[in-house]
Amino acid sequence: MYHKYDAVVIGAGGAGLSAAIKLVGKGNVAVISKLYPSRSHTGAAQGGICAALGNCEEDHWEWHMFDTVKGGDYLTDQDAAEILAREAIDAIYELEHMGLPFNRTPEGKIDQRRFGGHTRNYGEGPVRRACYSADRTGHMILQTLYQQGIKNNVTFFNEFHLMDILINNGRCVGVTAIDIKTGELHTFQTKAAILATGGYGRAWKVTSNAHACTGDGMTSAYRAGVPLMDMEMYQFHPTGLYRIGVLLSEAARGEGGILRNSVGERFCERYAPTLKDLAPRDMVSRFIAQEIREGRGAGPDKDYVYLHVDHLGKEVIDAKLPDITDFARTYLKVEPYKEGVPIQPTAHYAMGGVPTNVNGEVIIDENATVLPGLYAAGEVACVSVHGANRLGTNSLVDLVVFGRRAGMKAAEYIKTVDFEELPANHESKANQLIGWVNAGTDPKRKEIAADIRKELQREMEENVKVVRNEKGMTHALTKIQELKGRYLKVRLQDPSSKFNTERLEILELGSLLEVAEATAKGALERKESRGAHYREDMLNRDDVNFLKHTLAYRSEDGGVSRLAYKPVSITRFQPKERKY
Amino acid sequence: MQVTVKVLRFDPEKDKKAHFQSYELEADPLDRILDVLNTIKWYQDGTLTFRRSCAHGVCGSDAVRINGRNRLACKVLVQDIGKKIQIEPMLGFTIIKDLVVDMEPFFAKYRSIKPYLINYDDAPAAERIQSSEERDVFDETTKCILCGACSGSCPPYWASGDFIGPAAIVNAHRFIFDTRDQGAEDRLAVLGEAEGLFRCRTVFNCTDACPRDIPVTKAIEEIKRYMLYRR
Repeated sequence: MYHKYDAVVIGAGGAGLSAAIKLVGKGNVAVISKLYPSRSHTGAAQGGICAALGNCEEDHWEWHMFDTVKGGDYLTDQDAAEILAREAIDAIYELEHMGLPFNRTPEGKIDQRRFGGHTRNYGEGPVRRACYSADRTGHMILQTLYQQGIKNNVTFFNEFHLMDILINNGRCVGVTAIDIKTGELHTFQTKAAILATGGYGRAWKVTSNAHACTGDGMTSAYRAGVPLMDMEMYQFHPTGLYRIGVLLSEAARGEGGILRNSVGERFCERYAPTLKDLAPRDMVSRFIAQEIREGRGAGPDKDYVYLHVDHLGKEVIDAKLPDITDFARTYLKVEPYKEGVPIQPTAHYAMGGVPTNVNGEVIIDENATVLPGLYAAGEVACVSVHGANRLGTNSLVDLVVFGRRAGMKAAEYIKTVDFEELPANHESKANQLIGWVNAGTDPKRKEIAADIRKELQREMEENVKVVRNEKGMTHALTKIQELKGRYLKVRLQDPSSKFNTERLEILELGSLLEVAEATAKGALERKESRGAHYREDMLNRDDVNFLKHTLAYRSEDGGVSRLAYKPVSITRFQPKERKY
Repeated sequence: MQVTVKVLRFDPEKDKKAHFQSYELEADPLDRILDVLNTIKWYQDGTLTFRRSCAHGVCGSDAVRINGRNRLACKVLVQDIGKKIQIEPMLGFTIIKDLVVDMEPFFAKYRSIKPYLINYDDAPAAERIQSSEERDVFDETTKCILCGACSGSCPPYWASGDFIGPAAIVNAHRFIFDTRDQGAEDRLAVLGEAEGLFRCRTVFNCTDACPRDIPVTKAIEEIKRYMLYRR
């Protein structure tokens, strides 16, 4: 089937919907989503969305910007961080006007709470900057934005899986996608495509991410010739539920929750005397890894620590952390009123992704050359506001601020250009790929997708996690090569065309293998420790050689062909050592 | 532990009628029912089809009928159910394939109550002021994840394909009682129709089914009362 829209948004989470809303009335716009929009992973975000509103205590956007830059270990592009911190304030008010039910202060204003790495006066101590809606802030943002989409009669193509980004004459001219319900391939011709497909946490064994988070959007761009930026900067959230990675939001620590090791010690204060448990995520994850390594982990395998909220009292727990405590009860049968909850670092967020400028335009090289017609925002994109480590609540800020900007920029663009022709045989690449998956019913194809995925996840868990080294990452790259070879022989049991989720999972696994490879490759070549990228064989940050962004290019036959580097934008804050 | 899982199967491309199929597998008592479904799909039968995404009860994709009650497969553990597990698609929805049901009519009903803030005044420069007490009134109903578990457990919803159902009513409640909203009359007009609010027979199945612990029946009663006594 063929469709023609002025703009097509791929992904219906916070970033995609924010972009779509800005395109309403500026042209006809369609939103394509692998799930129903209300099921996007934005809805899983718990703790908050920060902006220097100053509703509870003095705060300034400059402080927010500084925290973002310092939190990102100075890999953050400061022009982008400035926009993030300034526009966050308007974005929050806009969400409130759309109906988002924030928690309120006694004066009826938006309430704010503490979060990791949010400080007053450039690092002096914690500040209350995170606006929140109990511990379902992401859920409320997603619902509110979806509701606005409904109000504005946005056209949704639900349960459509992105296949290819179509490029012709140096412009993005459309996308192809499968209608999961029918199995049919659809072509969307468009002047502007906005990628907002989220992250790829499913490349790791223990992750907070949904099954749907498989890096499809990143891979589509990568296959279309766009490099992937800073993929080695992958965040591990300190507090995932033991074994399954379901997230216990930083809001728990923001409200006064404390991490303790097997001997009951509050270990964070040893490492970060000022912010303690509210130090940034990369650091707290490392503190936990260190405790476990030194034998102070709990449990039979001494491989987790405890998050305590029991001292906060039932009232605070029920009012401000209901979902978080419900997770502990449901999945570990632990009662947070009375005891510590077993937690361990969990794969959580891609700081890297499809490179863009501050207007959400996708760039394709170290000179920031724009690929006309293609935009990206949210976790799929790397603008880069998070640098080497994202502060809690800044993902939600990122997706509304840069989702809006991408939508506005695309709205301008579609007024100035005509439709460009589709490339010849525009469906052939997608059809070829689908044909190859379908051929998996051949009895000679014996590899099981779940085995390949499990081995990939285990490898990434062991060697491309919180603490890394050359040997481990080299091993990971070799393993990924092997798995890619086996993937070519993957079997398919379900030959049907309608709602074939087995075929979908095989396509998703193909994406995971590619983004995992770019991650491991970028990490191996970044010979320093910075933010979430912590190498035990190279402990120091090396600003002389690595104060720059990695760009990973794909070769024609798949795989990373080469790495290039792009300078970091430094405006207000000169890099210095991070201390909290 | 060894579990037996009976799943209702239906492939529109080959089946005339839905039928049960049994699977035997080893499961950890702490596994989610979703983990069990995944294990079957990945290692025994790739044709088994169901929706899933977040795997921890916040996206609403995997609402199914587990041993006769609507639940999210990712929020129920094997040890909560036992060795015999029966999984079917939710009633009141048309089956697309296996456990996947057609959500379109459900979302159409959701859209019919105008699920978005309606406010005709100019927005202030900063936030609209609302007290914590005012916000508390509709706090519970903001939790809805549109999984359909409530509507799919509701006898009047099974009986009439036109009944608007508890999920849409919950979402109407979320706005009717929001002090910032001015669209209550529009929504009450929809809910006041024959297939609206008063089809509810106060069975409480919806409240039992809600994976987010929303007191659904209470919310419905609050709107009924508001509709009858507001003037």
